[in-house]
Amino acid sequence: MIRELTYLEAIREAIQQKMREDENIYLIGEDIAEYGGAFGVTVGMLEEFGRERVRNTPISEAAIIGVAAGSAVTGMRPIAEIMFSDFITIAMDQIANQAAKIRYMFGGKASVPMVIRTAGGGGTGAAAQHSQSLEALVSHIPGLKVVMPSCPYDAKGLLISSIKDNNPVIFIEHKLLYKNKKCIQDVPHRMYEVPLGKGDIKREGSDISVAATSYMVQKSLEAAEKLSKEKGIECEIIDIRTLRPLDIDIILNSIKKTGRLLCVEEAPVFGGFMGEVSAQVSEKGFDWLDGPVTRVAGKNCPVPYSLVLEEEMIPSVQRIERGILNILNKT
Amino acid sequence: MKKGLKNKNIYKNINGYEIEDGFNRLDSKKKLEMLEKMYQIRHFENETEQFIIRGMIHGTCHLYTGEEATAVGAIFALDSKDYITSTHRGHGHCIAKGADLNIMMAELLGKSTGYCKGKGGSMHIADVSSGNLGANGIVGGSIGIATGAALTCKMKKNGKITVCFFGDGAANRGIFHSSINMASIWDLPVIYLCENNIYGMSTPVKEAFNIEKISDRKTAYGIDGLTIDGNNLVEVFNTVSHFAQRCRAGSGPVLIESLTYRWKGHSKSDAQVYRKKEEIKEWMEKDPIKVYGQILMEQGILSEDEDRNLERKAVSRIKKAADFARKSPFPDPSEVEDDVYA
Repeated sequence: MIRELTYLEAIREAIQQKMREDENIYLIGEDIAEYGGAFGVTVGMLEEFGRERVRNTPISEAAIIGVAAGSAVTGMRPIAEIMFSDFITIAMDQIANQAAKIRYMFGGKASVPMVIRTAGGGGTGAAAQHSQSLEALVSHIPGLKVVMPSCPYDAKGLLISSIKDNNPVIFIEHKLLYKNKKCIQDVPHRMYEVPLGKGDIKREGSDISVAATSYMVQKSLEAAEKLSKEKGIECEIIDIRTLRPLDIDIILNSIKKTGRLLCVEEAPVFGGFMGEVSAQVSEKGFDWLDGPVTRVAGKNCPVPYSLVLEEEMIPSVQRIERGILNILNKT
Repeated sequence: MKKGLKNKNIYKNINGYEIEDGFNRLDSKKKLEMLEKMYQIRHFENETEQFIIRGMIHGTCHLYTGEEATAVGAIFALDSKDYITSTHRGHGHCIAKGADLNIMMAELLGKSTGYCKGKGGSMHIADVSSGNLGANGIVGGSIGIATGAALTCKMKKNGKITVCFFGDGAANRGIFHSSINMASIWDLPVIYLCENNIYGMSTPVKEAFNIEKISDRKTAYGIDGLTIDGNNLVEVFNTVSHFAQRCRAGSGPVLIESLTYRWKGHSKSDAQVYRKKEEIKEWMEKDPIKVYGQILMEQGILSEDEDRNLERKAVSRIKKAADFARKSPFPDPSEVEDDVYA
């Protein structure tokens, strides 16, 4: 059975289906019970799975992650919700020093099968502490996997894979995708997996490769359609999907064809994840490049409040178009 | 404070808290085994210190010498399948939980035969299969982990409990607050066991707290708690037995403050300028091994000869462990990126 689902509905369905299958899976987070989570992802979970498996917590991010990690090491498979990705900083010891490192420190004799779901990204007028894209921070830490789905189909399949994975997975959802009517997709009812560590070509093209993450994939697709119609430029849009492990081959294979790469991300450009992509491409794919890898990314400031400032900070479709045209030396 | 207990079965702790005297019911074999474990810890740490002096330990180590009664008393009050989490000063907990001394010592020397294949060292020894969820290099880092293990016990209804060891320093970390609160609202089977050894590195407890007893914080979480003499094995054993039973019955977490003292510096690089020799001497007179040995002698279970024999046995066991560690190979450098992911 295939139905059209929003990104949020796809995520919810993945959780429900996995929880029906495995009673060791439980939810832990703030306002996830009656309220259904700050964005409504866990609506209906309490009714179906009960309070024991839908564990509403006090405002205690460090304890949420610490408890999730401790229960994961001892046989449970927690799915923790951190309301805004900005709040992972409050739990950072538990994420970076505990969950991520337990397996390695113990010489491979323990595993920490847990998912940390969190809502990232800006564009909601929520300003500097509720809009960040902190994926570079977590991607840098060995032991963590980092996933950023850009559409409903991937969201469901990637979340199912993340829940099944035996490592701590940071699953970053984008707020502007949750109920986005433009991004509704056919999503199979069956449980299917989208593998971690595999990128996806969202649009084929021969003139330039554009690698993007999360909501920026949608914006890049919009820019690509426009440039195709208006200027006959055909962009290949690569959705990175999992930042760690990174599928660098899909990008290298694409630049073999196009010779050019633009990287698009929402986070501030300095020290951003796309710096890693760019470095790997120049190390492994220099011979196929016809010019330098460039980036369209967030400005080097916190996410501002005022709409005009926020739109300036976060990459827009127009900025992505300009980035593409610049690489191609066109205007 | 239970009422209606027959007098001979009541144990009264340093603060007058009355609990059942579970120690009294143990057979002498068990009682002597605990003494032997204390000796093993003492001499494991002595040997470790020798390795440090000879430059054979690559990193740092935090010695448990002087605190043996707390680890042994608490862990012997548990079932073997119960969980513990430990601290950066974790050798004692590990040995009391039944860790293999050879494999432990090998880990300290960074050998491939060590518990963590040389990847963890002193601060990360763990043996998850035996319920030891690991030492922890972050002060307070294990409090969340222990609380999560207790949640597993509750959700799986497996009858196990968790003992979370941490130091006085950890009681001022945020994770202490948020974890104990969570355990309290969910009635999790966990004993928070604060080893108050009077210093967080160099900072004395009286500078770091404005309360008399760390266990007074129990009130803030609506749980039970008390302060005990951590150098008296019988007191530790009886207290943990009592609360372990209550935890298993579903009465929720408890906060025990165990007063003790570390004889050695914080780590291998500590010149100990913050404390006086007299203070160390005073505490060494309250040697937990001597205190416990005396109790066993009074009970007619131990003679001075047997005491010396037990200690000799521990010394030779530790020498074997040191030998094993020395002779073990280092890991192959090619293994460096193994075990990052499952």
